[in-house]
Amino acid sequence: MTMSDDTRLAMQGTIEALTSGDGSEPVVVNLGPQHPSTHGVFRLKVTLDGEIVQDAEMRIGYLHRSMEKLAEERTYTQNIPFTDRIDYLAAMSNNLAYCLAAEELLGVEVPPRANAIRVMFAELQRVASHAMANGTFINDCGAWHTPLFHMFRDRERVLDMFEMTCGARLTTNYMRIGGVAFDLPDELLPTLEQFLADMPENIANYEALLLENEILHARARGIGVISPEMAINSSLSGPVLRATGVPWDLRKANPYCGYEDYEFDVPVGEQGDCFDRFLVRMAEVKESLKILRQVVDTLPDGPWLADVPLHARPDPGESYARVESPRGELGFYLVSDGGPAPYRFHCRPPSLINLTALKEMSIGGTLADAIVTLGSIDIVVGEIDR
Amino acid sequence: MTDFAGLTSVLGSTLGAWYDFRDLNNLQRLITEWIADWGPDWLASIIAGVLGTLGILGVIGPTLLILIWVERKVIARFQQRYGPNRVGPKGLLQPVADAVKLILKEQLAPRAADKLIFFLPPVLIFVPGVLIWGVLPFGPRMSVADLNVGVLFLLAVSGTTVLVIFMAGWSSNNKYALFGAMRAVAMSISYEVPMVLALLTLVVFSGTMSINGIVEWQQQEDVIFILLFPLSAIAFFFAASAELNRTPADISEAESEIVAGYHTEYSGMRFGLFYAVELGNTLVVSAFIATFFLGGWWLWGLDQWVPSWIILLAKTGAVYFLLIWTRGTLPRLRVDQLMSFCWKALVPATLLFVVVAFVERTLLISEGWDTTVALPIMAVFNIALTLGAIMLFARVSRPAALRRPARIRMAGTEIGGLRAARQVASRTEEPQFQVGGD
Repeated sequence: MTMSDDTRLAMQGTIEALTSGDGSEPVVVNLGPQHPSTHGVFRLKVTLDGEIVQDAEMRIGYLHRSMEKLAEERTYTQNIPFTDRIDYLAAMSNNLAYCLAAEELLGVEVPPRANAIRVMFAELQRVASHAMANGTFINDCGAWHTPLFHMFRDRERVLDMFEMTCGARLTTNYMRIGGVAFDLPDELLPTLEQFLADMPENIANYEALLLENEILHARARGIGVISPEMAINSSLSGPVLRATGVPWDLRKANPYCGYEDYEFDVPVGEQGDCFDRFLVRMAEVKESLKILRQVVDTLPDGPWLADVPLHARPDPGESYARVESPRGELGFYLVSDGGPAPYRFHCRPPSLINLTALKEMSIGGTLADAIVTLGSIDIVVGEIDR
Repeated sequence: MTDFAGLTSVLGSTLGAWYDFRDLNNLQRLITEWIADWGPDWLASIIAGVLGTLGILGVIGPTLLILIWVERKVIARFQQRYGPNRVGPKGLLQPVADAVKLILKEQLAPRAADKLIFFLPPVLIFVPGVLIWGVLPFGPRMSVADLNVGVLFLLAVSGTTVLVIFMAGWSSNNKYALFGAMRAVAMSISYEVPMVLALLTLVVFSGTMSINGIVEWQQQEDVIFILLFPLSAIAFFFAASAELNRTPADISEAESEIVAGYHTEYSGMRFGLFYAVELGNTLVVSAFIATFFLGGWWLWGLDQWVPSWIILLAKTGAVYFLLIWTRGTLPRLRVDQLMSFCWKALVPATLLFVVVAFVERTLLISEGWDTTVALPIMAVFNIALTLGAIMLFARVSRPAALRRPARIRMAGTEIGGLRAARQVASRTEEPQFQVGGD
């Protein structure tokens, strides 16, 4: 009987392992590209000694769609739908960041009502995105989908509001250069009022279910720790950075769309572990609701879209605009050569840069810890690969 | 049981003898007695065994199908969903549709799998899954085999499952499967110990290893064991749910880590068999928890009015609901956390209660204490001891990282890099959130 190549290789490996030293060798395990906890098509190659992670190697590119190159062939307005599909869990934030960059390039003044609507939808998007992030994080800790489905309930209501405003739920394509595509529909504000009225009770429920859960503490406390120095050096941003104790939030540090007019606070953690990231996200949802309350109360009247030509040709130059997306600092860099399409279109994706710290966080922990850490970083693979 | 002769004589009177038709075992006894009249003894015992097995399979098969539906519906309600509601009325036929789909699916085997050992486990895992039902008393005399060492048989049979799981994980030639199998072996072997110790408490105290004997002891003394030995009940419940690979201890098939653990490579009905046996084991464990700690078929005289197996089923359902509840609520523990919980908390605590059981048994038998007075006192003492033990172990076994509370602060106006971070940290105001910690 002839052995198959696989069997022969396996036997060789076994023989080598048995004849070398202590008779053991590290095992390389591929988590992904198809794996329940990689949140998309992302591949994590871990080298394990038993259950202990010795090395973690990230392989990305399985969802690459060449958006930055394609964008060079399309007009500034035509590029907005691309930004939806970069981070499909925070389409509004991505729309916003890109439109800010294009407006800077074109020198467009945005009407105050448009700014207020933009803040409203960016914060709604943050609530929806953090609901997803926290839900999947608890799932990665091994819960059987229950917190996820409860949080999806809130996300669903946000998506309903998106739908009634712009017709789309996930890839919204709502922001325009110079404002937003449509004014708010009549039924939106009552729905939002109801949402704001219901959310505190829902959040209290989640906190009652999760915050004192001993198993969750055991799984997430002291896991995936990163120091503030290391976080700054790796240019992390968003909740991952703030969990280490660094109070850095672009809405405060570099306000846009009139964020300086709203009163809110920036929650920061202490330990920089997975649980702090979870807590920071929970607290951020509350702050977002605070902002939403103020936006609804002070919503100005007036036009919602500035008069911008559909095929605008900005003067040669470059611009960079950044917003605090739910995942961190999201920036768009545009270069114009005076033509109708950007000469260069570049995105600074927070997921990709936050992910670079995963190796640092997961080495020395167990395989299960690495999964929890990955979940706590809250990556969106569409944003990593673009 | 001829207390209600008029009610129970439907079957018996036609054959000229009195039988309690609520006790289904009488059917089997009737047939074997009839065979013994004209045939050899061995034929009668073989036929009795076959009849018992068929009875068990006939009961658990349909029960499993309903249970799949129940579990999915209940979990769905926990998760604010409807659950299956498309196939059949209220989605009741969904498990049937699933089973048909699984049977029709192609059975794949990895090229590099160890073929024979890969094919065997889905079949082999059925053997302990069915055997274990044999010693479960559904009524006073209603079990397929009322062994006088029933507890030993139960532990021995349930212990063999781990070998099958390891065969499945090893032969798949898949790293996820191997990890799942390794974890399953480590965990099963560890959790057998507190399981045995928890049952040893009952065996010592009631003085019998027959499972029906333990139920009858509870009936005689008018007390259920969960009141006398609550910690053993809790330990048994947790150890059993660990053996069953259910959350919070489902590490051997942890979906978010190792995909499906030891049965990652099994497709079609092979996976279906693993799934069915797992569900069946959950049911049988619920039944045994109900038998050992909740009085089994006995319920303060109600068993005179209601068929005993219905009482057992109701108690089983209650325990099963508890298992679904924990599954729907709790996250998963890590491998090392499960191990240390077992060896550092469950084993010493159950061992303590074995000693307690020895002492109390001695007081009852050798010192001749009156059970009507002594048992309530012992129950109160044991409950207090349980609470104390739980509090002590919660404090001692808590990792150092969890003793500090997790805090979230508000940055206020300090926005920036490390310097601002230190300013935020040095402020003395109360944190926004503070959870955990001692």
